[in-house]
Amino acid sequence: MRSIPKGASPVDSGPVTVLSGTSSDSHTWNLVFLQLLLEEAGHRVANIGPCVPDRLLVEECLARTPGLVVVSSVNGHGYDDGLRAVRELRAQPGLARVPAVIGGKLGVNGTLAPDRVRDLLDAGFDAVFADGDTEAFTSHLSRFGLRAAS
Amino acid sequence: MSTAPGLRGDRFGAFVAASRDRGELVVQPRMGFGDPGRMRAGLAATRAADATAVGTITLDSYTRVGDHRAARGAVAHGTDLNGYPIVARSADQTRAVLDRLEGEDFPVQVRHGSAVPQDIFRALLDVGLTASEGGPVSYCLPYGRTPLSESVANWREGTEILSGADGTGRSPHLETFGGCMLGQLCPPAMLVAISLLEGLFFAQHGVLGVSLSYAQQTSPEQDREAVRALRRLASEFLRGAEWHVVLYAYMGLYPRTAEGARSLLRQAARTAVEAGAERLIVKTEAEAHRIPTIEENVRALEDAARAAEGTRPVAGADPDSETYTEARALVEAVLEHSDDVGTALLRAFSRGHLDVPFCLHPDNAGRTRSFIDDAGYLRWADTGALPLPPVARRSRADAVTSSSLLSTLSYMERRHDSRAGRRPAPGRNG
Repeated sequence: MRSIPKGASPVDSGPVTVLSGTSSDSHTWNLVFLQLLLEEAGHRVANIGPCVPDRLLVEECLARTPGLVVVSSVNGHGYDDGLRAVRELRAQPGLARVPAVIGGKLGVNGTLAPDRVRDLLDAGFDAVFADGDTEAFTSHLSRFGLRAAS
Repeated sequence: MSTAPGLRGDRFGAFVAASRDRGELVVQPRMGFGDPGRMRAGLAATRAADATAVGTITLDSYTRVGDHRAARGAVAHGTDLNGYPIVARSADQTRAVLDRLEGEDFPVQVRHGSAVPQDIFRALLDVGLTASEGGPVSYCLPYGRTPLSESVANWREGTEILSGADGTGRSPHLETFGGCMLGQLCPPAMLVAISLLEGLFFAQHGVLGVSLSYAQQTSPEQDREAVRALRRLASEFLRGAEWHVVLYAYMGLYPRTAEGARSLLRQAARTAVEAGAERLIVKTEAEAHRIPTIEENVRALEDAARAAEGTRPVAGADPDSETYTEARALVEAVLEHSDDVGTALLRAFSRGHLDVPFCLHPDNAGRTRSFIDDAGYLRWADTGALPLPPVARRSRADAVTSSSLLSTLSYMERRHDSRAGRRPAPGRNG
Protein backbone atom coordinates (compact mmCIF):
# COMPACT_ATOMS: atom_id res chain seq x y z
CA MET A 1 0.00 0.00 0.00
CA ARG A 2 1.15 3.47 -0.83
CA SER A 3 1.77 5.63 2.20
CA ILE A 4 -0.77 8.28 2.98
CA PRO A 5 0.13 11.91 3.43
CA LYS A 6 2.70 12.06 6.15
CA GLY A 7 1.70 14.00 9.20
CA ALA A 8 4.26 15.89 11.24
CA SER A 9 5.94 12.68 12.36
CA PRO A 10 7.17 10.19 9.82
CA VAL A 11 9.07 7.55 11.78
CA ASP A 12 11.82 5.64 10.02
CA SER A 13 13.38 3.36 12.62
CA GLY A 14 12.32 0.92 15.33
CA PRO A 15 9.89 -1.99 15.17
CA VAL A 16 7.06 -1.69 12.69
CA THR A 17 3.39 -1.67 13.63
CA VAL A 18 1.25 -3.60 11.15
CA LEU A 19 -2.10 -1.88 10.57
CA SER A 20 -4.75 -3.89 8.75
CA GLY A 21 -8.41 -4.00 7.79
CA THR A 22 -10.26 -7.32 7.95
CA SER A 23 -10.88 -9.71 5.06
CA SER A 24 -14.38 -8.48 4.22
CA ASP A 25 -14.04 -4.82 5.25
CA SER A 26 -13.53 -2.26 2.49
CA HIS A 27 -13.44 0.87 4.66
CA THR A 28 -10.26 2.96 4.56
CA TRP A 29 -10.82 6.25 6.45
CA ASN A 30 -10.41 4.31 9.71
CA LEU A 31 -7.04 3.06 8.42
CA VAL A 32 -5.92 6.53 7.25
CA PHE A 33 -6.84 7.96 10.67
CA LEU A 34 -5.17 5.15 12.63
CA GLN A 35 -1.97 5.41 10.59
CA LEU A 36 -1.69 9.10 11.50
CA LEU A 37 -2.56 8.39 15.15
CA LEU A 38 0.02 5.60 15.40
CA GLU A 39 2.70 7.72 13.74
CA GLU A 40 1.99 10.53 16.17
CA ALA A 41 2.50 8.01 19.01
CA GLY A 42 5.94 7.20 17.59
CA HIS A 43 5.07 4.06 15.61
CA ARG A 44 6.52 3.18 12.23
CA VAL A 45 3.44 1.97 10.39
CA ALA A 46 2.98 -0.60 7.64
CA ASN A 47 -0.57 0.09 6.47
CA ILE A 48 -1.68 -3.14 4.74
CA GLY A 49 -4.96 -1.52 3.70
CA PRO A 50 -8.55 -2.81 3.46
CA CYS A 51 -9.88 -6.31 2.61
CA VAL A 52 -6.84 -8.18 3.91
CA PRO A 53 -7.26 -11.97 3.61
CA ASP A 54 -6.10 -13.86 6.72
CA ARG A 55 -3.23 -15.45 4.81
CA LEU A 56 -1.93 -12.06 3.64
CA LEU A 57 -2.05 -10.69 7.20
CA VAL A 58 -0.04 -13.70 8.40
CA GLU A 59 2.48 -13.33 5.54
CA GLU A 60 2.93 -9.61 6.19
CA CYS A 61 3.45 -10.24 9.91
CA LEU A 62 5.95 -13.06 9.29
CA ALA A 63 7.86 -10.85 6.85
CA ARG A 64 7.88 -7.72 9.01
CA THR A 65 8.15 -9.14 12.58
CA PRO A 66 6.03 -6.30 13.96
CA GLY A 67 6.11 -4.98 17.50
CA LEU A 68 2.32 -4.58 17.36
CA VAL A 69 -0.55 -5.66 15.10
CA VAL A 70 -3.59 -3.35 14.93
CA VAL A 71 -6.74 -4.71 13.24
CA SER A 72 -9.56 -2.27 12.49
CA SER A 73 -13.07 -3.15 11.31
CA VAL A 74 -16.19 -1.04 10.90
CA ASN A 75 -18.43 -3.13 8.62
CA GLY A 76 -20.13 -5.24 11.29
CA HIS A 77 -18.23 -8.45 10.46
CA GLY A 78 -15.33 -7.64 12.80
CA TYR A 79 -16.26 -10.31 15.32
CA ASP A 80 -16.23 -13.22 12.85
CA ASP A 81 -13.42 -11.89 10.67
CA GLY A 82 -11.32 -10.90 13.70
CA LEU A 83 -11.75 -14.29 15.41
CA ARG A 84 -10.62 -16.12 12.28
CA ALA A 85 -7.70 -13.79 11.61
CA VAL A 86 -6.28 -13.91 15.13
CA ARG A 87 -6.52 -17.71 15.26
CA GLU A 88 -4.54 -17.88 12.00
CA LEU A 89 -2.04 -15.43 13.45
CA ARG A 90 -1.62 -17.32 16.74
CA ALA A 91 -1.27 -20.65 14.90
CA GLN A 92 2.08 -19.44 13.57
CA PRO A 93 4.88 -20.18 16.08
CA GLY A 94 6.61 -16.91 15.19
CA LEU A 95 3.47 -14.89 15.88
CA ALA A 96 2.17 -16.59 19.01
CA ARG A 97 3.22 -13.71 21.27
CA VAL A 98 3.17 -10.61 19.07
CA PRO A 99 0.90 -8.00 20.70
CA ALA A 100 -2.33 -7.79 18.66
CA VAL A 101 -5.39 -5.60 19.19
CA ILE A 102 -8.69 -5.10 17.37
CA GLY A 103 -11.18 -2.25 17.39
CA GLY A 104 -14.06 -0.54 15.60
CA LYS A 105 -17.71 -1.31 14.93
CA LEU A 106 -17.31 -5.03 15.43
CA GLY A 107 -20.93 -6.25 15.34
CA VAL A 108 -23.81 -5.81 12.89
CA ASN A 109 -25.83 -4.18 15.68
CA GLY A 110 -23.09 -1.74 16.69
CA THR A 111 -21.48 -2.45 20.04
CA LEU A 112 -20.25 -5.98 20.69
CA ALA A 113 -21.76 -7.96 23.58
CA PRO A 114 -19.33 -8.65 26.50
CA ASP A 115 -19.23 -12.41 25.87
CA ARG A 116 -18.18 -11.77 22.27
CA VAL A 117 -15.43 -9.41 23.44
CA ARG A 118 -14.35 -12.28 25.70
CA ASP A 119 -14.26 -14.64 22.67
CA LEU A 120 -11.92 -12.27 20.81
CA LEU A 121 -9.61 -12.03 23.83
CA ASP A 122 -9.65 -15.80 24.35
CA ALA A 123 -8.81 -16.34 20.68
CA GLY A 124 -5.64 -14.28 21.05
CA PHE A 125 -6.24 -10.53 20.93
CA ASP A 126 -4.59 -8.61 23.77
CA ALA A 127 -7.20 -5.87 23.74
CA VAL A 128 -10.56 -5.07 22.09
CA PHE A 129 -11.62 -1.44 21.59
CA ALA A 130 -15.14 -0.16 21.01
CA ASP A 131 -15.94 2.26 18.21
CA GLY A 132 -14.69 5.75 19.01
CA ASP A 133 -12.70 4.64 22.08
CA THR A 134 -9.60 6.52 20.91
CA GLU A 135 -8.58 7.41 24.44
CA ALA A 136 -8.37 3.79 25.59
CA PHE A 137 -6.47 2.92 22.43
CA THR A 138 -3.87 5.69 22.78
CA SER A 139 -3.52 4.81 26.46
CA HIS A 140 -2.87 1.20 25.41
CA LEU A 141 -0.26 2.44 22.91
CA SER A 142 1.65 4.25 25.65
CA ARG A 143 2.75 0.89 27.07
CA PHE A 144 4.94 0.39 24.02
CA GLY A 145 7.27 3.09 25.37
CA LEU A 146 7.86 4.77 22.03
CA ARG A 147 8.80 8.42 21.85
CA ALA A 148 5.68 10.22 20.79
CA ALA A 149 6.04 12.89 18.16
CA SER A 150 5.83 16.41 19.48
CA MET B 1 -32.50 12.58 -20.79
CA SER B 2 -31.51 12.15 -24.40
CA THR B 3 -34.17 9.94 -25.94
CA ALA B 4 -37.72 8.87 -25.25
CA PRO B 5 -38.12 7.08 -21.94
CA GLY B 6 -38.66 3.38 -22.07
CA LEU B 7 -37.57 3.16 -25.69
CA ARG B 8 -35.25 0.26 -25.01
CA GLY B 9 -37.29 -1.42 -22.32
CA ASP B 10 -35.01 -0.40 -19.48
CA ARG B 11 -37.57 -0.81 -16.73
CA PHE B 12 -35.52 1.01 -14.10
CA GLY B 13 -34.70 4.00 -16.33
CA ALA B 14 -38.28 4.17 -17.67
CA PHE B 15 -39.72 4.36 -14.14
CA VAL B 16 -37.38 7.22 -13.25
CA ALA B 17 -38.14 9.05 -16.53
CA ALA B 18 -41.90 8.76 -16.00
CA SER B 19 -41.55 10.04 -12.42
CA ARG B 20 -39.49 12.98 -13.61
CA ASP B 21 -42.17 13.84 -16.16
CA ARG B 22 -44.66 13.99 -13.28
CA GLY B 23 -42.28 16.25 -11.34
CA GLU B 24 -41.57 13.59 -8.72
CA LEU B 25 -38.14 12.86 -7.28
CA VAL B 26 -37.53 9.09 -7.06
CA VAL B 27 -36.19 8.08 -3.66
CA GLN B 28 -34.34 4.87 -2.89
CA PRO B 29 -32.98 3.20 0.26
CA ARG B 30 -29.66 1.37 0.57
CA MET B 31 -31.35 -1.56 2.29
CA GLY B 32 -30.06 -5.12 2.45
CA PHE B 33 -30.64 -8.01 4.86
CA GLY B 34 -29.20 -11.51 4.99
CA ASP B 35 -32.52 -13.12 5.87
CA PRO B 36 -34.87 -13.58 2.85
CA GLY B 37 -38.00 -12.91 4.92
CA ARG B 38 -36.60 -9.67 6.23
CA MET B 39 -35.33 -8.70 2.76
CA ARG B 40 -38.83 -9.22 1.36
CA ALA B 41 -40.37 -7.24 4.22
CA GLY B 42 -37.93 -4.41 3.47
CA LEU B 43 -38.90 -4.33 -0.21
CA ALA B 44 -42.60 -4.47 0.66
CA ALA B 45 -42.21 -1.57 3.10
CA THR B 46 -40.29 0.48 0.49
CA ARG B 47 -43.02 -0.17 -2.06
CA ALA B 48 -45.70 0.83 0.45
CA ALA B 49 -43.89 4.00 1.56
CA ASP B 50 -45.64 7.32 0.94
CA ALA B 51 -43.06 8.30 -1.68
CA THR B 52 -42.13 7.63 -5.33
CA ALA B 53 -39.67 4.88 -4.50
CA VAL B 54 -37.64 2.15 -6.16
CA GLY B 55 -36.44 -0.92 -4.28
CA THR B 56 -32.94 -1.95 -3.32
CA ILE B 57 -31.28 -5.26 -2.57
CA THR B 58 -27.89 -4.45 -1.07
CA LEU B 59 -25.55 -7.44 -0.96
CA ASP B 60 -23.33 -8.54 1.94
CA SER B 61 -19.58 -8.00 2.24
CA TYR B 62 -18.68 -11.64 1.54
CA THR B 63 -20.56 -11.64 -1.77
CA ARG B 64 -18.99 -8.29 -2.59
CA VAL B 65 -15.46 -9.67 -2.35
CA GLY B 66 -16.46 -12.89 -4.20
CA ASP B 67 -16.15 -15.11 -1.10
CA HIS B 68 -19.35 -17.05 -1.81
CA ARG B 69 -18.13 -19.95 0.35
CA ALA B 70 -18.12 -17.66 3.41
CA ALA B 71 -21.55 -16.34 2.42
CA ARG B 72 -22.90 -19.90 2.09
CA GLY B 73 -21.33 -20.74 5.45
CA ALA B 74 -23.06 -17.78 7.08
CA VAL B 75 -26.39 -18.80 5.49
CA ALA B 76 -25.92 -22.41 6.73
CA HIS B 77 -25.03 -21.32 10.27
CA GLY B 78 -27.59 -18.54 10.49
CA THR B 79 -24.88 -15.94 11.13
CA ASP B 80 -25.85 -12.27 10.74
CA LEU B 81 -24.87 -10.89 7.33
CA ASN B 82 -24.69 -7.19 6.50
CA GLY B 83 -26.64 -7.68 3.26
CA TYR B 84 -28.44 -10.18 1.02
CA PRO B 85 -26.18 -12.95 -0.41
CA ILE B 86 -27.72 -13.18 -3.90
CA VAL B 87 -25.12 -15.68 -5.20
CA ALA B 88 -25.22 -17.93 -2.13
CA ARG B 89 -29.04 -18.07 -2.16
CA SER B 90 -30.83 -20.09 -4.83
CA ALA B 91 -32.62 -18.30 -7.66
CA ASP B 92 -35.92 -19.68 -6.33
CA GLN B 93 -35.30 -18.18 -2.90
CA THR B 94 -34.56 -14.79 -4.44
CA ARG B 95 -37.56 -15.01 -6.79
CA ALA B 96 -39.70 -15.62 -3.71
CA VAL B 97 -38.23 -12.49 -2.12
CA LEU B 98 -39.28 -10.47 -5.21
CA ASP B 99 -42.56 -12.21 -6.03
CA ARG B 100 -45.48 -9.79 -6.68
CA LEU B 101 -43.39 -6.87 -5.36
CA GLU B 102 -40.91 -6.16 -8.15
CA GLY B 103 -42.22 -4.99 -11.52
CA GLU B 104 -42.67 -2.04 -13.86
CA ASP B 105 -44.27 0.00 -11.09
CA PHE B 106 -41.58 -1.00 -8.58
CA PRO B 107 -38.19 -1.73 -10.15
CA VAL B 108 -35.50 -3.14 -7.88
CA GLN B 109 -31.78 -2.39 -8.13
CA VAL B 110 -29.04 -4.70 -6.84
CA ARG B 111 -26.30 -2.78 -5.03
CA HIS B 112 -23.06 -4.54 -4.22
CA GLY B 113 -19.70 -2.70 -4.30
CA SER B 114 -17.82 -5.47 -6.12
CA ALA B 115 -14.71 -5.29 -8.29
CA VAL B 116 -15.62 -8.86 -9.38
CA PRO B 117 -19.26 -8.38 -10.42
CA GLN B 118 -19.70 -11.17 -12.99
CA ASP B 119 -21.32 -13.79 -10.66
CA ILE B 120 -23.52 -11.10 -9.16
CA PHE B 121 -24.75 -9.96 -12.57
CA ARG B 122 -25.46 -13.55 -13.68
CA ALA B 123 -27.38 -14.14 -10.44
CA LEU B 124 -29.53 -11.02 -10.82
CA LEU B 125 -30.35 -11.78 -14.47
CA ASP B 126 -31.28 -15.31 -13.35
CA VAL B 127 -34.04 -13.96 -11.14
CA GLY B 128 -35.30 -11.46 -13.74
CA LEU B 129 -33.63 -8.32 -12.41
CA THR B 130 -31.83 -5.90 -14.76
CA ALA B 131 -30.61 -2.95 -12.70
CA SER B 132 -27.37 -2.70 -10.78
CA GLU B 133 -24.57 -0.21 -10.15
CA GLY B 134 -20.86 0.26 -9.57
CA GLY B 135 -18.00 0.81 -11.98
CA PRO B 136 -14.46 -0.30 -12.82
CA VAL B 137 -12.87 2.58 -10.89
CA SER B 138 -15.39 3.35 -8.16
CA TYR B 139 -15.72 -0.26 -6.97
CA CYS B 140 -12.00 -0.84 -7.05
CA LEU B 141 -9.89 2.07 -5.89
CA PRO B 142 -11.71 3.04 -2.71
CA TYR B 143 -12.13 -0.54 -1.54
CA GLY B 144 -10.10 -3.66 -1.40
CA ARG B 145 -6.96 -4.82 -3.11
CA THR B 146 -7.97 -5.78 -6.63
CA PRO B 147 -5.55 -4.20 -9.15
CA LEU B 148 -7.30 -1.59 -11.30
CA SER B 149 -6.40 -3.50 -14.49
CA GLU B 150 -8.22 -6.59 -13.14
CA SER B 151 -11.23 -4.54 -12.12
CA VAL B 152 -11.44 -2.97 -15.59
CA ALA B 153 -11.26 -6.46 -17.17
CA ASN B 154 -13.89 -7.80 -14.72
CA TRP B 155 -16.19 -4.87 -15.35
CA ARG B 156 -15.80 -5.22 -19.12
CA GLU B 157 -16.93 -8.83 -18.84
CA GLY B 158 -19.61 -7.98 -16.28
CA THR B 159 -21.05 -5.12 -18.33
CA GLU B 160 -21.17 -7.41 -21.36
CA ILE B 161 -22.95 -10.12 -19.34
CA LEU B 162 -25.65 -7.53 -18.65
CA SER B 163 -25.76 -6.11 -22.18
CA GLY B 164 -25.96 -9.70 -23.49
CA ALA B 165 -29.39 -9.93 -21.86
CA ASP B 166 -30.58 -7.01 -24.00
CA GLY B 167 -32.96 -8.06 -26.73
CA THR B 168 -34.64 -10.62 -24.49
CA GLY B 169 -37.11 -7.92 -23.52
CA ARG B 170 -35.09 -7.06 -20.45
CA SER B 171 -32.73 -4.16 -21.05
CA PRO B 172 -30.10 -3.61 -18.37
CA HIS B 173 -29.49 -0.46 -16.38
CA LEU B 174 -26.21 0.44 -14.69
CA GLU B 175 -25.53 3.33 -12.36
CA THR B 176 -22.03 4.68 -11.91
CA PHE B 177 -20.71 4.86 -8.36
CA GLY B 178 -17.93 7.21 -9.51
CA GLY B 179 -19.67 10.24 -8.04
CA CYS B 180 -19.11 8.85 -4.55
CA MET B 181 -15.37 8.14 -4.54
CA LEU B 182 -14.22 7.61 -0.94
CA GLY B 183 -17.46 9.13 0.36
CA GLN B 184 -15.91 12.44 1.24
CA LEU B 185 -13.06 14.87 0.62
CA CYS B 186 -12.89 14.20 -3.14
CA PRO B 187 -13.37 17.53 -4.95
CA PRO B 188 -16.60 17.63 -7.03
CA ALA B 189 -14.88 18.01 -10.42
CA MET B 190 -13.11 14.66 -9.92
CA LEU B 191 -16.38 12.98 -8.85
CA VAL B 192 -18.20 14.37 -11.90
CA ALA B 193 -15.38 13.29 -14.23
CA ILE B 194 -15.11 9.71 -12.91
CA SER B 195 -18.89 9.30 -12.85
CA LEU B 196 -19.18 10.42 -16.48
CA LEU B 197 -16.22 8.25 -17.59
CA GLU B 198 -17.77 5.17 -15.98
CA GLY B 199 -21.03 5.98 -17.79
CA LEU B 200 -19.08 6.10 -21.06
CA PHE B 201 -17.47 2.76 -20.16
CA PHE B 202 -20.91 1.15 -19.62
CA ALA B 203 -22.23 2.53 -22.91
CA GLN B 204 -19.13 1.37 -24.78
CA HIS B 205 -19.79 -2.17 -23.53
CA GLY B 206 -23.41 -2.14 -24.58
CA VAL B 207 -25.37 -1.01 -21.52
CA LEU B 208 -27.31 2.01 -22.76
CA GLY B 209 -29.58 2.56 -19.76
CA VAL B 210 -27.27 4.53 -17.50
CA SER B 211 -27.50 6.68 -14.41
CA LEU B 212 -24.73 8.98 -13.29
CA SER B 213 -24.14 9.44 -9.59
CA TYR B 214 -22.91 12.37 -7.58
CA ALA B 215 -22.70 12.39 -3.78
CA GLN B 216 -23.63 15.39 -1.65
CA GLN B 217 -20.47 17.08 -0.37
CA THR B 218 -19.88 20.02 1.96
CA SER B 219 -21.56 22.93 0.15
CA PRO B 220 -25.10 22.99 -1.34
CA GLU B 221 -24.03 25.69 -3.83
CA GLN B 222 -21.09 23.62 -5.03
CA ASP B 223 -23.26 20.48 -5.16
CA ARG B 224 -25.82 22.18 -7.41
CA GLU B 225 -23.00 23.32 -9.64
CA ALA B 226 -21.66 19.75 -9.78
CA VAL B 227 -25.02 18.15 -10.66
CA ARG B 228 -25.50 20.71 -13.45
CA ALA B 229 -21.94 20.11 -14.69
CA LEU B 230 -22.61 16.35 -14.76
CA ARG B 231 -25.84 16.89 -16.74
CA ARG B 232 -24.14 19.12 -19.26
CA LEU B 233 -21.21 16.75 -19.74
CA ALA B 234 -23.59 13.79 -20.11
CA SER B 235 -25.53 15.61 -22.84
CA GLU B 236 -22.23 16.37 -24.58
CA PHE B 237 -20.45 13.01 -24.24
CA LEU B 238 -23.03 10.29 -23.52
CA ARG B 239 -24.82 10.24 -26.85
CA GLY B 240 -26.96 7.25 -27.72
CA ALA B 241 -27.65 6.32 -24.11
CA GLU B 242 -30.70 7.03 -21.96
CA TRP B 243 -29.45 8.57 -18.77
CA HIS B 244 -30.47 10.28 -15.56
CA VAL B 245 -28.60 11.70 -12.59
CA VAL B 246 -28.79 10.21 -9.11
CA LEU B 247 -27.75 12.17 -6.04
CA TYR B 248 -26.51 10.36 -2.94
CA ALA B 249 -27.20 11.79 0.48
CA TYR B 250 -23.88 12.50 2.19
CA MET B 251 -21.58 9.46 2.14
CA GLY B 252 -19.08 10.69 4.74
CA LEU B 253 -19.27 10.71 8.54
CA TYR B 254 -22.97 11.19 9.23
CA PRO B 255 -24.58 13.30 11.98
CA ARG B 256 -25.10 11.34 15.18
CA THR B 257 -28.34 13.00 16.25
CA ALA B 258 -31.64 12.06 14.62
CA GLU B 259 -32.44 15.69 13.83
CA GLY B 260 -28.95 16.33 12.43
CA ALA B 261 -29.27 13.28 10.18
CA ARG B 262 -32.70 14.41 8.93
CA SER B 263 -31.45 17.95 8.34
CA LEU B 264 -28.62 16.64 6.13
CA LEU B 265 -31.01 14.33 4.22
CA ARG B 266 -33.52 17.15 3.59
CA GLN B 267 -30.69 19.31 2.28
CA ALA B 268 -29.80 16.51 -0.15
CA ALA B 269 -33.44 16.26 -1.33
CA ARG B 270 -33.59 20.02 -1.93
CA THR B 271 -30.27 19.97 -3.82
CA ALA B 272 -31.51 17.10 -6.01
CA VAL B 273 -34.69 18.96 -7.03
CA GLU B 274 -33.04 22.38 -7.37
CA ALA B 275 -30.25 21.09 -9.62
CA GLY B 276 -32.38 18.63 -11.61
CA ALA B 277 -31.24 15.20 -10.35
CA GLU B 278 -34.02 12.64 -10.95
CA ARG B 279 -33.28 10.17 -8.14
CA LEU B 280 -31.99 10.33 -4.57
CA ILE B 281 -30.32 7.61 -2.48
CA VAL B 282 -31.29 8.32 1.12
CA LYS B 283 -29.55 7.82 4.44
CA THR B 284 -31.31 7.24 7.72
CA GLU B 285 -31.10 8.70 11.20
CA ALA B 286 -29.35 5.51 12.34
CA GLU B 287 -26.60 5.92 9.75
CA ALA B 288 -23.87 6.95 12.19
CA HIS B 289 -24.63 4.08 14.53
CA ARG B 290 -25.57 0.83 12.82
CA ILE B 291 -27.35 -0.81 9.90
CA PRO B 292 -30.79 0.86 9.88
CA THR B 293 -34.08 -0.95 10.44
CA ILE B 294 -36.79 -1.20 7.79
CA GLU B 295 -38.86 1.42 9.64
CA GLU B 296 -35.94 3.87 9.76
CA ASN B 297 -35.45 3.41 6.01
CA VAL B 298 -39.12 4.12 5.32
CA ARG B 299 -39.04 7.24 7.51
CA ALA B 300 -36.01 8.49 5.57
CA LEU B 301 -37.73 7.85 2.21
CA GLU B 302 -40.86 9.74 3.29
CA ASP B 303 -38.87 12.55 4.90
CA ALA B 304 -36.86 13.03 1.69
CA ALA B 305 -40.03 12.88 -0.45
CA ARG B 306 -41.71 15.61 1.65
CA ALA B 307 -38.59 17.84 1.43
CA ALA B 308 -38.51 17.32 -2.35
CA GLU B 309 -42.21 18.17 -2.74
CA GLY B 310 -41.61 21.54 -1.10
CA THR B 311 -38.78 22.45 -3.50
CA ARG B 312 -38.74 23.83 -7.07
CA PRO B 313 -36.00 23.51 -9.69
CA VAL B 314 -33.64 26.47 -9.87
CA ALA B 315 -31.83 27.56 -13.04
CA GLY B 316 -28.05 27.57 -12.79
CA ALA B 317 -26.27 30.89 -13.11
CA ASP B 318 -23.04 29.86 -14.81
CA PRO B 319 -22.95 27.02 -17.34
CA ASP B 320 -19.14 27.30 -17.52
CA SER B 321 -18.75 26.92 -13.76
CA GLU B 322 -15.45 26.00 -12.15
CA THR B 323 -16.71 22.45 -11.57
CA TYR B 324 -17.77 22.07 -15.21
CA THR B 325 -14.49 23.51 -16.54
CA GLU B 326 -12.31 21.31 -14.30
CA ALA B 327 -14.37 18.16 -14.89
CA ARG B 328 -14.33 18.69 -18.66
CA ALA B 329 -10.52 19.16 -18.58
CA LEU B 330 -10.17 15.86 -16.67
CA VAL B 331 -12.52 13.95 -19.00
CA GLU B 332 -10.82 15.24 -22.15
CA ALA B 333 -7.35 14.44 -20.79
CA VAL B 334 -8.43 10.87 -19.99
CA LEU B 335 -10.08 10.25 -23.36
CA GLU B 336 -6.91 11.38 -25.13
CA HIS B 337 -5.14 8.27 -23.81
CA SER B 338 -7.25 5.79 -25.82
CA ASP B 339 -10.52 5.31 -27.71
CA ASP B 340 -11.18 2.43 -25.33
CA VAL B 341 -12.50 4.01 -22.14
CA GLY B 342 -11.17 1.21 -19.89
CA THR B 343 -7.66 1.52 -21.33
CA ALA B 344 -7.87 5.31 -21.11
CA LEU B 345 -8.80 5.07 -17.40
CA LEU B 346 -5.85 2.76 -16.67
CA ARG B 347 -3.35 5.03 -18.43
CA ALA B 348 -4.79 8.15 -16.80
CA PHE B 349 -4.44 6.70 -13.30
CA SER B 350 -0.93 5.38 -13.95
CA ARG B 351 0.17 8.90 -15.00
CA GLY B 352 -1.68 10.67 -12.20
CA HIS B 353 -4.07 12.38 -14.64
CA LEU B 354 -6.78 10.99 -12.42
CA ASP B 355 -5.77 10.87 -8.74
CA VAL B 356 -8.12 10.59 -5.77
CA PRO B 357 -7.08 12.34 -2.53
CA PHE B 358 -6.45 10.05 0.49
CA CYS B 359 -7.01 6.87 -1.54
CA LEU B 360 -4.72 4.07 -0.26
CA HIS B 361 -4.93 1.87 -3.37
CA PRO B 362 -1.52 1.16 -4.98
CA ASP B 363 -2.87 2.10 -8.44
CA ASN B 364 -3.78 5.60 -7.26
CA ALA B 365 -0.87 8.05 -7.57
CA GLY B 366 -1.66 9.57 -4.16
CA ARG B 367 -0.25 13.00 -4.97
CA THR B 368 -3.43 15.06 -4.68
CA ARG B 369 -4.86 16.59 -1.50
CA SER B 370 -8.10 18.39 -0.72
CA PHE B 371 -9.44 20.69 1.98
CA ILE B 372 -12.65 22.46 2.97
CA ASP B 373 -12.37 26.24 2.59
CA ASP B 374 -13.93 28.89 4.83
CA ALA B 375 -17.09 28.98 2.68
CA GLY B 376 -17.53 25.19 2.97
CA TYR B 377 -16.36 24.48 -0.59
CA LEU B 378 -14.33 21.33 -1.12
CA ARG B 379 -11.17 22.38 -2.96
CA TRP B 380 -7.80 21.10 -4.14
CA ALA B 381 -4.89 21.66 -1.75
CA ASP B 382 -2.56 19.91 -4.21
CA THR B 383 -3.45 18.92 -7.78
CA GLY B 384 -0.46 16.58 -8.15
CA ALA B 385 -0.14 15.64 -11.84
CA LEU B 386 -3.79 16.38 -12.70
CA PRO B 387 -4.32 18.32 -15.93
CA LEU B 388 -5.52 21.29 -13.85
CA PRO B 389 -3.83 24.55 -12.90
CA PRO B 390 -1.61 24.08 -9.84
CA VAL B 391 -2.79 25.61 -6.57
CA ALA B 392 -0.67 27.68 -4.20
CA ARG B 393 1.24 25.43 -1.80
CA ARG B 394 -0.20 25.42 1.66
CA SER B 395 2.10 25.92 4.62
CA ARG B 396 3.62 23.11 6.69
CA ALA B 397 1.36 24.12 9.56
CA ASP B 398 -1.48 22.74 7.42
CA ALA B 399 0.06 19.23 7.37
CA VAL B 400 -2.61 16.66 8.07
CA THR B 401 -2.65 15.11 11.57
CA SER B 402 -5.00 12.50 13.03
CA SER B 403 -7.00 15.22 14.78
CA SER B 404 -7.13 17.60 11.79
CA LEU B 405 -8.19 14.69 9.56
CA LEU B 406 -10.94 13.77 12.02
CA SER B 407 -12.06 17.37 12.21
CA THR B 408 -12.25 17.63 8.40
CA LEU B 409 -13.99 14.27 8.10
CA SER B 410 -16.57 15.30 10.71
CA TYR B 411 -17.26 18.76 9.21
CA MET B 412 -20.82 17.93 8.09
CA GLU B 413 -21.56 15.86 11.17
CA ARG B 414 -20.72 18.84 13.39
CA ARG B 415 -22.59 21.37 11.25
CA HIS B 416 -25.83 19.44 11.23
CA ASP B 417 -25.62 18.07 14.76
CA SER B 418 -24.99 21.49 16.28
CA ARG B 419 -28.02 22.92 14.45
CA ALA B 420 -30.03 20.09 15.91
CA GLY B 421 -28.95 20.96 19.46
CA ARG B 422 -27.49 17.47 19.99
CA ARG B 423 -30.66 15.61 20.85
CA PRO B 424 -29.84 11.94 21.29
CA ALA B 425 -30.28 9.65 18.30
CA PRO B 426 -31.69 6.15 18.42
CA GLY B 427 -29.32 3.25 18.76
CA ARG B 428 -27.06 1.84 21.39
CA ASN B 429 -24.25 4.26 20.80
CA GLY B 430 -26.52 7.29 20.75
